[in-house]
Amino acid sequence: MAKIKIAQYWGAGCGGCDVALLDIDEKILGVAEIADIAFWPIAVDTKLKDVEAMPDGYITATLYNGAIRNSENEHVAKLLRKKSAIIVSFGSCACYGGVPGLANLTSAKEVLEYVYTKTPSSDQQGAKDPVFPQHETHTKYGDLELPVLYNTVKTLDQVIDVDYYMPGCPPTTNLINQFLGIVENHVKNGAPLPPKGAMIASNKTLCDECTRKKTVKQIDAVHSAFEVDIDPQKCMLEQGVICLGPATRAGCGAKCLEGNQPCRGCMGPTDQVQDQGGSMLSALASIYKVQDKETQMSEEDILKIMTQVKDPMGTFYCYTMPKSIIKRSVKERPRVKKEAAP
Amino acid sequence: MSTTTVQKTATKEGEDWQPLIITFCCNWCSYAGADLAGVSRLQMPTNFRVIRTMCSARVDPEFVLRAFSKGADGVLVLGCHPADCHYIGGNYRTRRRIALLRMLLEQYGFDPDRLKLEWVSASEGPKFQQTITDFVKEIKEIGPNPLKEDQVEEH
Repeated sequence: MAKIKIAQYWGAGCGGCDVALLDIDEKILGVAEIADIAFWPIAVDTKLKDVEAMPDGYITATLYNGAIRNSENEHVAKLLRKKSAIIVSFGSCACYGGVPGLANLTSAKEVLEYVYTKTPSSDQQGAKDPVFPQHETHTKYGDLELPVLYNTVKTLDQVIDVDYYMPGCPPTTNLINQFLGIVENHVKNGAPLPPKGAMIASNKTLCDECTRKKTVKQIDAVHSAFEVDIDPQKCMLEQGVICLGPATRAGCGAKCLEGNQPCRGCMGPTDQVQDQGGSMLSALASIYKVQDKETQMSEEDILKIMTQVKDPMGTFYCYTMPKSIIKRSVKERPRVKKEAAP
Repeated sequence: MSTTTVQKTATKEGEDWQPLIITFCCNWCSYAGADLAGVSRLQMPTNFRVIRTMCSARVDPEFVLRAFSKGADGVLVLGCHPADCHYIGGNYRTRRRIALLRMLLEQYGFDPDRLKLEWVSASEGPKFQQTITDFVKEIKEIGPNPLKEDQVEEH
């Protein structure tokens, strides 16, 4: 039997997804049994020109991890789309933008300026004429090129057509095994593949999977996980620790909660919800206790309670900003004072 | 009104630019208040579109965010006065949600005053008129929704 070809590539990510694939232990031998690695920059030495030389559709399945943040990410994603029969959006960055997606709160120019002139470790701190990376540099030895950094971080499916999604930061071994099992069964026994667009995860929220004891949720204040002694048996939210469980897709096995840490939402929203952050914001606001003097409270008093949530954006959209409804930051023009109409 | 018409109205610059405002009214108080303002023939700007929900707490943050992404210049959420909620405590949830949502909008870069929460009871036709008039005036000062202006180029 001819082996299938698999590839994995990293866009704007941290490399954790590549390691996650190796993390499936001895099952990797099963992968080697049915598949050859066509392209995987972190593990094998195939060059981009080798991929360009492959016939269209040559690669059976490509796992693309990382968001699309520069011209190279986009170029390789489009190239791999042409060369692959199946593309899997692998990991939170590819599916939802992930942590790099928070760069959508600023712009490419601001990011470069900060990194090259303002970080404490930069040589150019306070320099008169700071040097920035350029797309093209001409030297006497020849022209050098760097990818262009985009203003807006995009998800993989905002750039190319994607067949399957596997969220997680990184996807857990049980999800990877589940997918590899499907592929193996398809290759060996001709079993049908899941329908296009399928999400390789559960479609319930994490609370469904979490084994903590849940009773009535009523809180007075929120705390960071390190500020309180967390009872490992009791629901995080009931203890005032912001846990994104109610707004997050299950499938990961609630591993963070087993480790006594709140969920931060890397699995993204369920199919029914488009905006994970909005959904969590709504849930958190609802569990704040209604106080006896509620009718006398002004909107300022309420704001005082809600500002306990220090960074709503970073808390609720930690992994999903580029896939949210608004997608990136905006800039208001200054207000224009107008006379009242006569 | 289709999305394209919404955008046409809203992207017009200069003096003839008219803001577009989405108003969520709860079924029991504010919608009746709006109705009273109407049958009393109270005059007010016509820049708003009313969406009736059973309770102001039914207004999911997603509705508000979607309204802005589709080009609304302001969103007004109207509900029953504290202690008057038909569902006992819906409006208490709403006020917490809206406070948090305004913080979020500010982090996105929006003027948080584009989202406003007000209590209008079934007998407060004139308050409905006043709220709409004031809000339209305020949004005219704030200007068009920045999402439609494409200030940050794509790449």
